[in-house]
Amino acid sequence: MKHFFKDLTSSKAGLFGAVLLVIIVALALLAPMLHLPDPTRGDLRARLAGPTWDGLFSPGAHPLGTDEVGRDILSRLIFGSRMTLMVACTAVVLGGIVGTILGILAGYKGGFVDKLLMRLVDIQLAIPLMLLALLIVAALGPSIQNVVLVLALTSWIRYARIIRAQVLSLREREFVQSAHAIGASTLRIMFLHILPNVMTPALVVGTLELARIIIMDAALSFLGLGVQPPTPSWGRMLADGRVYLSSAWWAVTFPGLAIVLTVLSVNLFGDWLRDYFDPKTRSAK
Amino acid sequence: MTGFILRRLAESLLAVWGVVTIVFFVTRVLGDPAALLLPIGASEADIQALRVQLGLDQSLIAQYGHFLVNVVQGDFGTSFQHGRGAMQVVLERLPATAELAISAIVIGLLIGAVAGSIAALKRGKAIELVVMAVALLGQATPVFWLGIMLILFFAVNLGWLPTGGYGTLAHLVLPAFTLAVFVSASIARLLRSSMLEILKEDYIRTAKAKGLLRHTVFFWHVARNALIPVVTMTAILTGELLGGSVVTETVFSWPGIGRLIIQAIEAKDFPVIQAGITLIATIFVLINFLVDLLYGVLDPRIRANR
Repeated sequence: MKHFFKDLTSSKAGLFGAVLLVIIVALALLAPMLHLPDPTRGDLRARLAGPTWDGLFSPGAHPLGTDEVGRDILSRLIFGSRMTLMVACTAVVLGGIVGTILGILAGYKGGFVDKLLMRLVDIQLAIPLMLLALLIVAALGPSIQNVVLVLALTSWIRYARIIRAQVLSLREREFVQSAHAIGASTLRIMFLHILPNVMTPALVVGTLELARIIIMDAALSFLGLGVQPPTPSWGRMLADGRVYLSSAWWAVTFPGLAIVLTVLSVNLFGDWLRDYFDPKTRSAK
Repeated sequence: MTGFILRRLAESLLAVWGVVTIVFFVTRVLGDPAALLLPIGASEADIQALRVQLGLDQSLIAQYGHFLVNVVQGDFGTSFQHGRGAMQVVLERLPATAELAISAIVIGLLIGAVAGSIAALKRGKAIELVVMAVALLGQATPVFWLGIMLILFFAVNLGWLPTGGYGTLAHLVLPAFTLAVFVSASIARLLRSSMLEILKEDYIRTAKAKGLLRHTVFFWHVARNALIPVVTMTAILTGELLGGSVVTETVFSWPGIGRLIIQAIEAKDFPVIQAGITLIATIFVLINFLVDLLYGVLDPRIRANR
């Protein structure tokens, strides 16, 4: 753990990403305690008010402006981050669990199970993920559960492929061979001996997947197929603000910036995490 | 080589069949088109009559069989919105999508190749840092937001380019560039790291030691070997691009397949959704097939192994 933080602080990009990510997550978690204006209640006298830093701490201040029904954009961004992070994290964990289990199964069992699963992966990869997501959300109807389900579904293949490759080499290692030799059951070997050894690559894939899923979630909301109003979501704010593009630049600019900053921080941290756990690049330092 | 081509062809056909199957079951099992098609409050008898008319009263397997037979003939049924063959409606939009995707790939590859090469060759200089920072930002930026920002700047504020629509070259600039940014960011990062690996190889040292000109070493030894991962990445990016074009086409009112699919989803026009997604997935499978053949041409080692 000590080495972990030492390495992190020595990487400027990784540290920047980690700090930014901590700030974003902290803001999301603490949102109800920050005395922000109600993100769902508008003030029609203050429709599309521009960003102003005068009287920043007075109750009526809108540092990032207001949207088309006078709702405070800063507050909606922070409350929107809760939904974005919750949806994205649940999808990543769900996809990770399914992908890891299937990856271990394919890699360790080999044979027919492996062939079948890998063929399934190939077929799913033939549909661009965004279209697959659209297809399923369109059929199921937009709701938080469906969006999470769809995003997890686009994600499991990445875990499955990488974990499978890891397991193929782990399978030949002595500790697995000896566990097999003393008569350990297949389930026991897969979950007690192999699983702990693939947690690290799964974690790295998960971090990088998180970035992709945040963008995809925003795209679905942008197309009106994500979380439904009045719950604030970044993609939806962009879609609503687009109508007022020529008169209120802030309504589209800030939600987009929030997505970029979040994805950037996750990517930077994820890249560092991958290098940290990859012995090949680590020894090169 | 023939055996390899045939095997890849069989795999590609299998993938297309899989896509068609997924498309059928997702649209047919998850939603009841008859209930969706009729206005809310339609009588049970009306719904039942429409079910019979659409063949929905038959067993699922029978429906699936019919669907497959029709799909092989390119028949996806009649579009609810357009009243014409769904595949016909989709194919009419193909040129617009192809125009946008090809422009974006070409621009993106050009920018990405130049930026990635500069970053690799100027290792440790300020320019490497700038290129990599921009590429990271490019990868973190959702295409639809980038599109909106470009509209805000170049169309609304400066008035140089149209905010959306289709027809002239001026209409193509913003959407093509929007998608190209994403492509070039990925290509630049990949090319830089693969070039850095290659620059460490013994044959590069040999090439330099025997006194070859710097650009000869670069084009014949470095660039050529760095091309293989770029080709793989381009195939993957094409898929992302075809998916990303859905939002980009919506942002720019570009009359391509992506926007058509979104409109079909809003209207619950299932034949068009099925035809559109099947066509795009088939094109994507075809591209991957061609890319696999291209490897043999690019890399003699792969050719020998087959």
